[in-house]
Amino acid sequence: MPHDHHHGEHEAIITEDEAGNIEAQIIVDALQDVLIAKGLLTALEVTGAIAKLESPGIHLGAKVIAKAWTDPAYHARLLADGRAAIQELDISVTEASIIVVENTPQVHNLVTCTLCSCYPRSILGQPPSWYISKAYRARSVREPRKVLAEFGLDLPEDTQLIVHDSNADMRYLVLPEAPADLQTRSIADLEALISRDHLIGVTRAVT
Amino acid sequence: MKRFSDGDCVKVLALGKEGHVRIPHYVRNQIGHIAGYCGTYLNPEDLAVGNTSGQAVDLYRVAFEQRQLWPNQPIPKHDMLVIEIYDHWLAPAQETSDAP
Repeated sequence: MPHDHHHGEHEAIITEDEAGNIEAQIIVDALQDVLIAKGLLTALEVTGAIAKLESPGIHLGAKVIAKAWTDPAYHARLLADGRAAIQELDISVTEASIIVVENTPQVHNLVTCTLCSCYPRSILGQPPSWYISKAYRARSVREPRKVLAEFGLDLPEDTQLIVHDSNADMRYLVLPEAPADLQTRSIADLEALISRDHLIGVTRAVT
Repeated sequence: MKRFSDGDCVKVLALGKEGHVRIPHYVRNQIGHIAGYCGTYLNPEDLAVGNTSGQAVDLYRVAFEQRQLWPNQPIPKHDMLVIEIYDHWLAPAQETSDAP
């Protein structure tokens, strides 16, 4: 199951006043009221846009990974051009480029964005709160093995750890290793095993 | 015409630019190797100030040894960090000797 972690003290990313109002939210609400009053926008269009933003999620990422595990030609295409291969599955990818990085018995990959919150949103939806915390952003590059340990992953020293900082135009997805009993499982079964954390790389084994 | 190929040794410049730069401090002045070419992209330093007609610049993925980035930590030698660097932040560099 995907789960949100709290490791140590994160500073607040957003600040709310006593009434639960966020400053930016107040401005957005006022702007929306004006646009609706002028007939330039409808409330339905706003909720439609929100639904569209929130509709991607791990179900899409899991579809991509399960396909790669069970179709060697797709696996090769996914590693060669992530964006094109993901679009083959009728997932509309809005990012300029998706780089899929593959875990192997010798290699583990971890994705972060130290400068902000870059994330393959059109595939995985919105990032978890810990991903955009300053603690994760700083520590995922400075002491990634410690961070992984806090997520319950004690990576052996002889496994190479590669951290990918998505600081510019690329977005990343980790392709985890397939479970040992891959052959005996259905596609739906496989998809259910894959979590968001696998695709970010804070967890490793798919079982 | 791109300046670098996979495996080339490069140094990340410390340009001291203000504004919306996408090159974090922890890789500035560090030496790494080109791990891949990403294509050309509009420069975020221009885009951030509304200039969408600037020239597209080459973007590379550059790999660094984690040990080199964080010298005071016991880090396995094979651990790496890969980050994207725009061409104007890169200079050709010499291989450094890997003294223990």
